[in-house]
Amino acid sequence: MSAPAGVPLTWFLVLSAVLFSLGIAGFLLRRNIITVFMSIELMLNAVNLTFITFSYQLKSNSGHLFAFFVMVVAAAEAAVGLAIILTVYKNRGTLNIDEVESLKN
Amino acid sequence: MDLAFFVIFAIIAVVSAINVVVQTHPISSALSLIGVMVSLAALYLLLGADFIAMAQIIVYAGAIMVLFIFTIMLLNTGGETGATHRTAVQIAGIPALLALLAALCYSLQRFYPSSVQAAFGGFDKGDAHSIGTALFRQYLLPFEVTSILILVAILGAIVLARKEID
Amino acid sequence: MQNLWLIPAFPLAGFLINGTIGRKLPKFAVAFIAIFCVMFSFAWTLKVYAATQSFITPVTEHYFTWIQSGQFRVGWDFTADRLTAVMLFVVTGIGSLIHIYSRGYMDHDESFARFFAYMNLFMAFMLTLVLAANYLLLFIGWEGVGLSSYLLIGFWYKKKSATDAGNKAFIVNRIGDFGFMLAMLLIVINFGTLDIATVTAAAPGKAAVTLTAICLLLLVGACGKSAQFPLYVWLPDAMEGPTPVSALIHAATMVTAGIYVIARSSNLFSHSATASEVVAYVGLFTAIFAASIGLLQNDIKKIFAYSTVSQLGYMFVGLGVGAYSASVYHLMTHAFFKALLFLGAGSVIHACSGEQDIRRMGGLRGKLPITFATILCAGLAISGIPPFSGFFSKDAILIAAYHHAPWMFWIGVVTAGMTAFYVFRAIFVTFFGTYRGDAHPHESPLTMTVPLVILGILSAVGGFIAIPKYLDPIFPAGEEGHAMGLVVVSVAAGIIGILIAGVMYLGRPRKESAPGPLYNLVYHKYYVDEAYNAAIVHPLIVTSRSVLWKLVDNAIIDGMVDGAAAQTRNAGNLLRKLQSGSIRSYAAWIVVGSVVLILAMGLTGAGR
Repeated sequence: MSAPAGVPLTWFLVLSAVLFSLGIAGFLLRRNIITVFMSIELMLNAVNLTFITFSYQLKSNSGHLFAFFVMVVAAAEAAVGLAIILTVYKNRGTLNIDEVESLKN
Repeated sequence: MDLAFFVIFAIIAVVSAINVVVQTHPISSALSLIGVMVSLAALYLLLGADFIAMAQIIVYAGAIMVLFIFTIMLLNTGGETGATHRTAVQIAGIPALLALLAALCYSLQRFYPSSVQAAFGGFDKGDAHSIGTALFRQYLLPFEVTSILILVAILGAIVLARKEID
Repeated sequence: MQNLWLIPAFPLAGFLINGTIGRKLPKFAVAFIAIFCVMFSFAWTLKVYAATQSFITPVTEHYFTWIQSGQFRVGWDFTADRLTAVMLFVVTGIGSLIHIYSRGYMDHDESFARFFAYMNLFMAFMLTLVLAANYLLLFIGWEGVGLSSYLLIGFWYKKKSATDAGNKAFIVNRIGDFGFMLAMLLIVINFGTLDIATVTAAAPGKAAVTLTAICLLLLVGACGKSAQFPLYVWLPDAMEGPTPVSALIHAATMVTAGIYVIARSSNLFSHSATASEVVAYVGLFTAIFAASIGLLQNDIKKIFAYSTVSQLGYMFVGLGVGAYSASVYHLMTHAFFKALLFLGAGSVIHACSGEQDIRRMGGLRGKLPITFATILCAGLAISGIPPFSGFFSKDAILIAAYHHAPWMFWIGVVTAGMTAFYVFRAIFVTFFGTYRGDAHPHESPLTMTVPLVILGILSAVGGFIAIPKYLDPIFPAGEEGHAMGLVVVSVAAGIIGILIAGVMYLGRPRKESAPGPLYNLVYHKYYVDEAYNAAIVHPLIVTSRSVLWKLVDNAIIDGMVDGAAAQTRNAGNLLRKLQSGSIRSYAAWIVVGSVVLILAMGLTGAGR
């Protein structure tokens, strides 16, 4: 069946916004550090979707390359971030973000 | 047909994302995140980003998320316990979030009332050949820099996480 | 170029040397430096006098421009004419004698160098005052002598009465200075310059009201410096200072500054009849008022202090009736005999080991012969007995007063009688009879007696220096006239005063009768000091303490400063809550910030 109905690009952007907002919600509301980290990854994915969408609209693959680099950076960040989380766990014995507050006052 | 494709995977993505945020145990969150990434990869295919979709699955869902799951299993702390009492941050956060959402939608609606439609085959420069060419021509410098970035990240991760040699 | 600047420069140098290293020098060196500097000024004055053939034409020297503002210019200018010559000789000559005297008087004092440093400082300022060619430079000297007077009155600063007297002198002087400053402002506004020669030449062309205002304000300043009513109260208290100070500053030189200023501005005063009348009234009232107080005092220095106030009143009368040269003449002779009286009193005090009450002296005639002889000369001079110097000058004033208004003459005559009375009362009680004190009086050393002798000679024959003829050409024409009858009357008044004093105080001691109310009133100096205290001093102190200190300073000003600090601290406290250490709150702030940013960009269309 040939339905030439494509998907309006705006819907992609709205989806990206929703995912981004969910990422922020998780980032603000969760207490486990690892979950917070994963919310950050969710945000990065939403941004990737935006890049690809615009790349489609502008008929250029620069957006793809940006998304590629975002992924690379996300990988590096995940590696180092998890190492930090491991160290924090080793030193403090907790993964609760609210208890890592020795900078208070 | 593309519309149905989009709607299905979008719903999967959103539901998985909500799951990431809502679940108590981090393992559940991680697995939901993998679900988000896979559905996003499908949407990338709709947008003609073949290479990125594959990279997403192989690198992002396959390597990074596996790293996450390794770490969660290593730490083995279990789910969040205790009632999540509403702190001031949380009370302010949700409205801020909705505000952000509204702001973004509004900006989008105002500046990009686009009539362009996405369909399979609508974009042809997303395959490996094109990406590779661009990567090694226009974007050579960022490519090399990110290589070094990864090297540094590896070193950093090793230094941070190693055991002290006593 | 006569290098007039050398005249005040040498005493200034003496001040600097003695002030800085004087403590380390031996006493004779300190005294030598001080005396040399003053005598050099005297010698230089002599040299200039000879070189200019006694100042037939004035010498003006311009050193540098001090203030230049549009049309208004004040330069550091010295000028010397005949009036200046008289003042210079008096100041440096008597200054030298008193410096020599001080060598002996202050010999046992522990702050020997400081004393001579201050004395030289005073000389420098006084000479600047006398030589100044414009009112501003004169005012510098004016203030400077006030400062030196304060330093010297409070010389023995460990005594509270001395420092209080110093404060009183300075503060009362300040009131006069305020008048002087207002006069200078008016002069600048009306004449456009402060140069004395220019101002006096332009005086005839100005409105009488302006001139009267200026002259009255100058009079206020002169009253402060020359201790006329109502600003005389500091002079008797100033006797707390060492006796040479009283002789130099409060008899011969500083207190004459007011008279000098009015004489200098004679053209201004002669064109304002009202101001001249006021000058004469003030002087006359002060003369008889102070003389009445002097009748009953028992401290030898206080007697002479009130005498100074009274004699200065005479000079003011002379200025007021237009007899300018007569006043300056009296200024000179008064310097001779008043300095002598004070120095003689100092000799007596020194001999009696610090005693100043005449009731505890007596019979010193035999033990202090030189002092007695010289003081007798001074006493005869001040009483106006011919041919002593005081006779000529006092008569010149009294005759001029008679020609102006006869009643002034009669009050002056009564005052002359009172003057003779109280001076000779002091002399008789101190030098005659039997000694009533505890010390062992002895004659003073040569350094003290030689100046006494010189001054005695001057008091006796100084009247023959024809000052009026010398000065008349530079003053506006005054009242002329001789009348033998008036002369006889004034001399008779003096002789009567001496006789009454002799009757009352020579011979056997009188019975003390209970003092009446009039006696008490006069003895307590008409309670003027107490009135000032109650009306002015006390309310000021209360206001300062309760209002200005407690309210304004503590509550308002400190409150503002502390309040500003407290507000800053509160703001800081508030901002500190941002640094909560909670990662999630940081995250929340980031979100909020980005929302704001996006909205801003969206609304202003920057996202295009």
